[in-house]
Amino acid sequence: MNAPNIEYGILGPILIVLAAALIGVLIEAFVSRRYRYILQTGTAFAAVALAFLQLVLIRQTSSKAAVSSMSIDGVTIVLQGSVLIFGFLGLLLIAERGFQSFTAQAAAIPGSNEEQKALVSGLQQTEVFPLTLFAISGAMLFPAANDLLTLFVSLEVLSLPLYLMAGLSQRRRLLSQEAALKYFLLGAFSSAFFLFGSAFIYGQAGSTTFDGIRKSIVESGGSDQFLLVGLALLTVGLLFKVSAAPFHAWTPDVYQGSPTPVTAFMAAVTKVAAFGAAIRIYYFAVGGLVWSWRPILIAISIVTMAIGTVIAIAQKDIKRVLAYSAIAHSGFLLTGIIALSKDGLNATLIYLFTYGFTTIGTFAIVTLVRDSGGEVSDLNRWAGLGKRSPLVAGTFTLFLLGLAGIPLTSGFVGKFAIFTAAYKSGNISVVVAGVLASAIAAFFYIRIIVMMYFSDPVEDGTSVVIPSAMTVATIAICAVATLVMGIYPQPVISAINSLAFFAG
Amino acid sequence: MNPYLPIIAIGAVGFGFAAFSVVAAAISGPRRYNRSKIDAYECGIEPTPQAAGGGRFPVKYFLTAMLFIIFDIEIVFLYPWAVSFDQLGLFGIVEMFIFIATVFIAYGYVWRRGGLEWD
Repeated sequence: MNAPNIEYGILGPILIVLAAALIGVLIEAFVSRRYRYILQTGTAFAAVALAFLQLVLIRQTSSKAAVSSMSIDGVTIVLQGSVLIFGFLGLLLIAERGFQSFTAQAAAIPGSNEEQKALVSGLQQTEVFPLTLFAISGAMLFPAANDLLTLFVSLEVLSLPLYLMAGLSQRRRLLSQEAALKYFLLGAFSSAFFLFGSAFIYGQAGSTTFDGIRKSIVESGGSDQFLLVGLALLTVGLLFKVSAAPFHAWTPDVYQGSPTPVTAFMAAVTKVAAFGAAIRIYYFAVGGLVWSWRPILIAISIVTMAIGTVIAIAQKDIKRVLAYSAIAHSGFLLTGIIALSKDGLNATLIYLFTYGFTTIGTFAIVTLVRDSGGEVSDLNRWAGLGKRSPLVAGTFTLFLLGLAGIPLTSGFVGKFAIFTAAYKSGNISVVVAGVLASAIAAFFYIRIIVMMYFSDPVEDGTSVVIPSAMTVATIAICAVATLVMGIYPQPVISAINSLAFFAG
Repeated sequence: MNPYLPIIAIGAVGFGFAAFSVVAAAISGPRRYNRSKIDAYECGIEPTPQAAGGGRFPVKYFLTAMLFIIFDIEIVFLYPWAVSFDQLGLFGIVEMFIFIATVFIAYGYVWRRGGLEWD
């Protein structure tokens, strides 16, 4: 027996973030409260920046790592880069001055004296930083996993911190705790599906590595019922994470209940990670079974787009509207997987990259509109925002147009690429459904814009707070990215096209 | 044989069993309504009146169980490593120390945050 070989260099980005998360746990345990916030933020930002640097250094890598349980190739590099960028932006929002979105002591009973005391004394717990770093490392591992077991472990490393982070909201504690519990229970349920599916696939393929599964499909012709059952169950687990219908029910509640910075982080990072893993599974591991999974994914994609866009129209809460919009975007993203071509791969990665910026920007704006009781998420009270605060309303308009996929925003570039890829692969039905859904979606995005500009402001104490440099930087970066990638997307597209290859 | 046939058959059997059970229970089961039958959990233990402290369960047991898992997992990994220690060489020692360090970080956190204090 020989000792296995671990390629520390190309696993560096993940390991740096994980190590920083562990340091964060130690800071929380051993450093005096006064220095915790500054040390935690310093560690977190430094780790993400260092990891990104290391990722840039290894960008030409294309090989299997850690005894072929991971695959560090162009696709992984692009996805990990996206996760790190969105993680950094999410951390900026989370670290926002005074921690106004987060409860001081999550374990205290909502409304109790204990909670009040923790809040007044300013003894803020800062566990959210190590938790975020754990989630980021899981999200980086998820698209790199080349083995069902690694895939499952990374799914849990990504999900478990998110369950906790969903429950940390300072205002509306009960709603936040409800969101955390729902997310946890449904997440555990879907993890069980995922594991059950992995067991079936292992039973048929005799291997948990994607290479082994790929090989066994070629050899058996892919007509084994255990393989199909396993793939179906695995698909349920994955579709839950990307919040595709009919596994989307948790999304609105969790997006609404979580602290908004966490929602921003979760919406962007989970989507990138989960679609990254889905790409590797459907394109690489079970690409040979395309005739079995494509019809199902087409149906799910169409249903997801329909549910996301139609139900969003009836929502009265801005965070719920954005949650349903996120569901609709999952439907659009699924068309890239259905395409199963190099074009589809490129388009999915571009879509994820552009979508993340726009989403984080949108939620960052949501954190700014407040009254004395915290964030105002009731849509009616956003009326007249354009008159009250033209700059914020203008930026929000840009993000909404980006989400709607209007030309000259990055959303259009992503949508155009992904629908073109689906069309070229001959899947006309999803393209038609996608274009129709986009038209419906444009209605409710534009309705919000109309409301902001063409209604009179309501005088109920709703106002736009002056954010600190961190939120301003986040919004500015997202706005610039949305605009620049809409007007001149070619450098990003070429960079992704040239990187996006799987390691054999 | 079409490979989807067994899947559909299993699905049909599963659905049929569920439907049969519900219908059979409704038809053949005895109907005796009393107080404990209407309880949320029909297990004989009354969920009310609430325990002192608003019906919250003490979290101590949970913490102890979690701590047990930390060390349980450590042993699970230590044992096979100890058995093949001579073959894994330096690599094994380094990896094992990294692993134990991460476990102790969790332990240190629990200790500092008061997880080991029973009262």
